[in-house]
Amino acid sequence: MPTLEIDGQEVTVADGENLIQAAERLGNEIPHYCYHPGLSVAGICRMCLVEIEKMPKLQIACNTRAMDGMVVKTKSEKVLHARASVLEFLLVNHPIDCPICDQAGECKLQDYYMDHDRQESRIPLESKVQKGKAIDIGPLIMLDQERCILCTRCTRFLDEVTGTSELGIFERGDHCQIDVFPGIALDNPYSGNVADICPVGALTNKDFRFRARVWYLESGKSICPTCATGCNIDVHHRRNEIFRFRPRFNGEVNRYWMCDEGRLSYKRYQGEGRLLQPVRRDQSGWQAIDWKQSHAALQEMLADAAGAVGGIASAACTNEEIFLFRRLFAGLPGAQLAGHSWTPAEASRDEFLIDGDKNPNTAGLEAQGMLSATAREVIAAALAGQLAVLILLRTDLSQICSSEEMDLLGDILKQVVVIDTHYGPSVEVADLALPIASFAETDGSFINRNRRVQKFSRVIAPPGNSRPAWQLLGELLDDEIRAGLQLDSAAGVFDTLCATEESFRGLSFADIGDLGVPLATAASEG
Amino acid sequence: MTEKILLRHEDVAGLRRLETYVGDGGYATARRVFSEMTPEQVIEEVKSSGLRGRGGAGFPTGMKWGFLPKDNPKPRYLLVNADESEPGTFKDRQIIEHNPHLLLECTLLTAFAIKSHKAYIYIRGEFARGAEILEAAVAEALAGGHIGANIYGSGFDLDIVIHRGAGAYICGEETGLIESLEGKRAYPRVKPPFPAVYGVFGSPTIVNNVETLCCVRSILERGSAWFKGIGPEKSPGPKLYCLSGHVERPGVFELPMGTSLREIIYEHGGGIRNGKKLKAVIPGGSSVPVFTADEIDVSMDFDSVAAAGSLLGSCGTIVMDEDTCMVRALRILARFYHHESCGQCTPCREGTGWLERLLIGLEEGGASERDLELLLQVADNMMGNTVCVLADAAAMPTKSFVAKFRSEFEEHLRLGGCPQRMSATPRTAAGAQ
Repeated sequence: MPTLEIDGQEVTVADGENLIQAAERLGNEIPHYCYHPGLSVAGICRMCLVEIEKMPKLQIACNTRAMDGMVVKTKSEKVLHARASVLEFLLVNHPIDCPICDQAGECKLQDYYMDHDRQESRIPLESKVQKGKAIDIGPLIMLDQERCILCTRCTRFLDEVTGTSELGIFERGDHCQIDVFPGIALDNPYSGNVADICPVGALTNKDFRFRARVWYLESGKSICPTCATGCNIDVHHRRNEIFRFRPRFNGEVNRYWMCDEGRLSYKRYQGEGRLLQPVRRDQSGWQAIDWKQSHAALQEMLADAAGAVGGIASAACTNEEIFLFRRLFAGLPGAQLAGHSWTPAEASRDEFLIDGDKNPNTAGLEAQGMLSATAREVIAAALAGQLAVLILLRTDLSQICSSEEMDLLGDILKQVVVIDTHYGPSVEVADLALPIASFAETDGSFINRNRRVQKFSRVIAPPGNSRPAWQLLGELLDDEIRAGLQLDSAAGVFDTLCATEESFRGLSFADIGDLGVPLATAASEG
Repeated sequence: MTEKILLRHEDVAGLRRLETYVGDGGYATARRVFSEMTPEQVIEEVKSSGLRGRGGAGFPTGMKWGFLPKDNPKPRYLLVNADESEPGTFKDRQIIEHNPHLLLECTLLTAFAIKSHKAYIYIRGEFARGAEILEAAVAEALAGGHIGANIYGSGFDLDIVIHRGAGAYICGEETGLIESLEGKRAYPRVKPPFPAVYGVFGSPTIVNNVETLCCVRSILERGSAWFKGIGPEKSPGPKLYCLSGHVERPGVFELPMGTSLREIIYEHGGGIRNGKKLKAVIPGGSSVPVFTADEIDVSMDFDSVAAAGSLLGSCGTIVMDEDTCMVRALRILARFYHHESCGQCTPCREGTGWLERLLIGLEEGGASERDLELLLQVADNMMGNTVCVLADAAAMPTKSFVAKFRSEFEEHLRLGGCPQRMSATPRTAAGAQ
């Protein structure tokens, strides 16, 4: 554990950390472009030059290991001058087209210019080297070679992380340019990451560009719900609309990256197809009702069913939803309950982040014992006439039944209740449909493929009259069951779950933190 | 020094052929060293000879060999830098084209010393003839049992590969050369680690210049004391001086290290062409600071040239007479560095082009008042802040040209261009009258 001095402050760091990381511990950002903690050190942008006692020349912080007794200056006159001159060099051939550049606001060239340079240009505009602009290099990525500062983060990402090497550097000196190799498109399942790591406006995400100025966006921490990996993400949103997902660092899960499928999945949760209002079917069709009426209707159905109730919760449900769903059924002796985790046969998968299980919380279902019965068993009971009411929580019936069986179920069952975000096949046969919040509209937690409990928070409001499912389910519980449960928040529900369930014991919602915690294995907990 | 070591071919005809080379005592040293010496003794002998690298930096060769890690299980490589491309430098080419077996024998001796079984000779792409000659020499040496398996029955194997370069100046920078040899763009590597620890294919590697290696045979043949006796104590040995530019007899001269620059120009080079006066000399290849005509009484060895404010470098001495426009000369150098910058580091990638543009402005007109100061500031900002020294190589001549010939630069600025260009017009007009 070396201890060193940076700008007069002492800091102790882990073995092998470089000076950028060491300074970061003191809240001191040594400006850098080419350095990225998820990639090899290139040492070429020369932005992170610092002064080290007993060394005659300035050294690059990214390639300098923090050593015991080192005395480092990151703000000396010599350093500040070198920094300003590197920035000036970077702008020699830069087009300075910030007003029409979509990176503006999250551009490190802009930021560092304001922080470390701020001198008037000494370069005549007409003498700049011109390169290609707005080159479509792949399904997700647009390239602007003039804005590129040749930091090679993108090429290193494609060489080292995906191993696909679609991008290379062509030409030499100030004619150097990033480009795709001839006949190749930047088309791999992780291509969106190159736009994230590009510090300038050279690589932009076609899905996002020109849709919002980033300074208008707000950000919330969340978990990608697209597969069982549970990549940590930031959800960027404005005025209750999600604009993009960006990977959020988690060394135990996704590091700095996420897949394109997950990145674009934000589109599923907004726009067309959302249920906005509790609705009940009568002879003339769907009738909008209010929450009071829907609760009354559901409670009446359950009373009538006299225990002949089936319930299916999918692996898209949060741990809190699963827990309260189970509680709801705990009050119904003879009820049949199962979890449902389904993935289409042609689903993508790889050895990196893309898991073959396209559900965010299969492990959550399993942890609460919901996979001991199958959804198919519940459906079989229903088809055999053993059930009067079937409640589907975030469950698409068409994944479990044939269309003939679905029609049959509609006829056999007295009531089908759907609690879901979207209008779907289940709603087709439903008698009552209750709209709930998507993962981005509620607090909650999932358990990923490695049994890591990860939480996410509500970043936008649920649309229309929909409400968080934990809230809705809590409201449906009868008073006897409600006693002793914390139902005021998803956090409260989770904490109750931890107090009740062996495998969750010792955890609390607050303790999950931003990076999640491992769920103790059932075996070790006995 | 009468007897030529490195340019032996000037005294012995047909030395390129193995038969002649062996007849002249070639490979006898290797044969003797293999039977009489240990690798450690060879390194010791070279260390005590005081041999310093002839590629430009002047680093002690024996010490460099000593940097190889003792406990690294990976193979070791010897990499011969034959990518001679510093403007004004053409000494290695002489050896390669005329005395290739000297290079091979010295490669063999060095490989033996550092316990390497594979040597690469990375030869500049443009040296097509040199590459063919080396390839032929390797075939001869292989057939003669001087390289290959179980050399001289010693059990020592050596494979020598001739690798043609990729046609860029930067391939001569030792880590750029390694990258290029590995089949990548010749981007100089960030150091540390140095090649002795992490070189070719990530293995310990010694990179030596052709001329440097070619001293090894004579050191082992005649002893380190003999070698140390030639020239200054701290930078001894025979040296090849490349002389080009406005001299009567340009060429390569083998002289003792420390021969004075004046002697090289006026005695060996026959003085300035057409009886003109000397204006300036770049002593060590285009990358080093320039000397004025008053500064040529300098001993041409590493330390003396450094003390005089320049560098011995690769010993590519470029002579400029009184008619030379220093702004134009610098512009030509700047163009070279602009063209050859690999583009990896920001200050060099952007700075070399900026320097050239400023110099074009000064020479052709269009420069603004502040451009001379700007030129110096750009050069200053480039220096010492990059992975390799190409940025310094562009900045050093810039700074020294302006420092030593400032009035010429100011005149260009004042007149709005080069006076030589402008005077050409009135002269023609006068002739027409």
